[in-house]
Amino acid sequence: MPGLPSSSLESSPGATQVAGKIASASDQDLDILFASYLDSQGANKDRLIEILNRSQAIVGYLNPTHLRQIARHLHLPCSRVWGTASFYHLFHFEPPPPHSCLICTGTACFVKGAGPLLKLLQRDGVVQRLKQKGIELGTVRCIGTCGGAPLAVIDGSVCNHQNAQTVLEKLAGLENLAGLEP
Amino acid sequence: MSAAAVTAKPPICLRLCTAAGCRNVGSEALRIALNGAISLTGLNHKITVKGVGCLGPCGEAPVLAIDGATPRLYGALQPLSSGYLAEGLAAAAAANDLESWSPPGSRAIDLHHPFFRLQRRWVLKNCGQIDPESIEEARQSGAYQQLAQVLQHGTPQAVVAAVSRSGLRGRGGAGYPTGLKWTAVANQPAGEKLVVCNADEGDPGAFMNRTVMEGDPHRLLEGMAIAAYAVGASRGFIYVRAEYPLAITRLRHAIGQAEQEGWLGAQVQGSNFSFQLELRIGAGAYVCGEETALIHSIEGKRGVPRPRPPYPAERGVFGLPTLINNVETFANVPVLLALGADTFAGGTKVFSLTGQVRRCGVVEVPLGRSLRSIVETMGDGAPEGRSIKAVLTGGPSGGCVPAAKLDTPVDYDSLKALGTIMGSGGMVVLDDSTNLVEIAAFFMDFSREESCGKCVPCRAGTVQLHGLLQKILDRRAGPGDLAQLESLCQMVRDTSLCGLGQSAPKPVLSTLRHFPGDYQALLTPEACP
Repeated sequence: MPGLPSSSLESSPGATQVAGKIASASDQDLDILFASYLDSQGANKDRLIEILNRSQAIVGYLNPTHLRQIARHLHLPCSRVWGTASFYHLFHFEPPPPHSCLICTGTACFVKGAGPLLKLLQRDGVVQRLKQKGIELGTVRCIGTCGGAPLAVIDGSVCNHQNAQTVLEKLAGLENLAGLEP
Repeated sequence: MSAAAVTAKPPICLRLCTAAGCRNVGSEALRIALNGAISLTGLNHKITVKGVGCLGPCGEAPVLAIDGATPRLYGALQPLSSGYLAEGLAAAAAANDLESWSPPGSRAIDLHHPFFRLQRRWVLKNCGQIDPESIEEARQSGAYQQLAQVLQHGTPQAVVAAVSRSGLRGRGGAGYPTGLKWTAVANQPAGEKLVVCNADEGDPGAFMNRTVMEGDPHRLLEGMAIAAYAVGASRGFIYVRAEYPLAITRLRHAIGQAEQEGWLGAQVQGSNFSFQLELRIGAGAYVCGEETALIHSIEGKRGVPRPRPPYPAERGVFGLPTLINNVETFANVPVLLALGADTFAGGTKVFSLTGQVRRCGVVEVPLGRSLRSIVETMGDGAPEGRSIKAVLTGGPSGGCVPAAKLDTPVDYDSLKALGTIMGSGGMVVLDDSTNLVEIAAFFMDFSREESCGKCVPCRAGTVQLHGLLQKILDRRAGPGDLAQLESLCQMVRDTSLCGLGQSAPKPVLSTLRHFPGDYQALLTPEACP
């Protein structure tokens, strides 16, 4: 999706693509991709957030080396680039796990039972098991399709009317996938 | 004659909702399947499919409207293959009964239900009717007519005067008179000015702006261009939250089309007016919906608010005079110019109806309609066996309207008198199984997480307030805690820097006012504060 900025959600259809890129492309390839992207950008300081968004889409997360390069490119102090990046929820500073499961905790989902759903998924054993399988459990604040409340976003695709069991069933499907990977 | 027959529109048109809600449950795949089925059966001259914006009843997704001899609407469409759909279509065609064909397994939705009948779709007029990716369809439905009119025959002063006379108020939540805002920017000394659309629809449970951007993006662009002409701006930004990927794609596409046709860019339609419009994408920060925080975010900085004055009209993005309005406010501009101030009379409001209500979705109603008619008549009330306890409006910055006050007209001042706000239009219905203390704690948790941390009352106050609410929920609190909760709420409200902190205590104060029993029932009299 050329021209699209990215975030963990925005990359919805691309989330797997991004993960795929990380799996297939070496760190060196990503560095080259990132560098050529940065070179194509002007030194317009007010586009910092756009550049951070796009960089995260390319590399999967924002690492210190790339942040320093962005700072140099835009003639900004590192503190300004770090300060801005760390302010926004959708920027990550660690490589993303292969799979993600986000439970929506918007108002509509909350009144339809997202709280208990999340609690069931956050039980001790469950979180650890998911983590071992490379699935990160998180939350998201309203993606604006409240007709499907309560909903979960699994690897970027939205699943309506969920309960703990249906979420775990869907994740079990992913776990098999995770197990198949070399 | 024969040429006309070839280009004649097929008599039946299937309008399939491809907005985010329906897309999540497979409407895009269905559109491909339906197209395939029509090609397979060779019925292209009789039936056609197009993807449209939101049709309204989002709880029934995916939704399909069928235009034929009688308009019909179907929900809960099943994922079906083109082969299977083709069989049904071929059989219906053979029986000469295409007019009553519907996708197998779908549920018919009564178009005469008040949910549809009581709406007045002005802002959403084209939403669900046109293909949002086609500027041609948008133009055929009236897009850019008002802009052309204004450029040819109008003056900036006349446009500002028309907006002032119409009584339009900001649809983002606070309800500031739009005409006053426009006048303030127009009156700034000549020089570069900016127009910004706040499309950072962050209130959880609100999705009206998404509906407009995904369903009729050209209406927003036209409204912004007219605003820019009126206040003398030559550049503009739309600040969209990253959580709305489809809206971003559609806006980007629409901006490209509008530039190509000369509705945006240099010398719009050969006039002296130029307007460069750019998209800016957020990165997940609720506070960026606050206008001074939004300004910083557009400038590529941390989204922290600053004290006002100076107001953005004076010093906004890059220090230039800036007009900031919400998506729906801009989308109302072409409507009010077309209808004239007298007919417009304050206009309509789009609401997203969700929560414990039987019919959820997007509705547009005239301002002043009673809350009861929206949630009970149009929304069919609470689920079977339950009754409505309250309706939340205004999200984390709003409050609740108790069931006893449902006859309140929905307008800015009546809701304010009840201790809540109109807000951007998110309406979450709560039934009698809900405890309002839990809701207050939920919103405080939200505000605590989203506080930018710049001012102490909000940064520390929201933490303390959430702690107190949690203490009450854990049944560890006494009457002293309740008194402390209330006084701390007032302190945070009165001393915070920006709208986020000032309104964060509102859900608590509002639930305390209307449902003191919910709090009392959780108190332990002997607990020490």
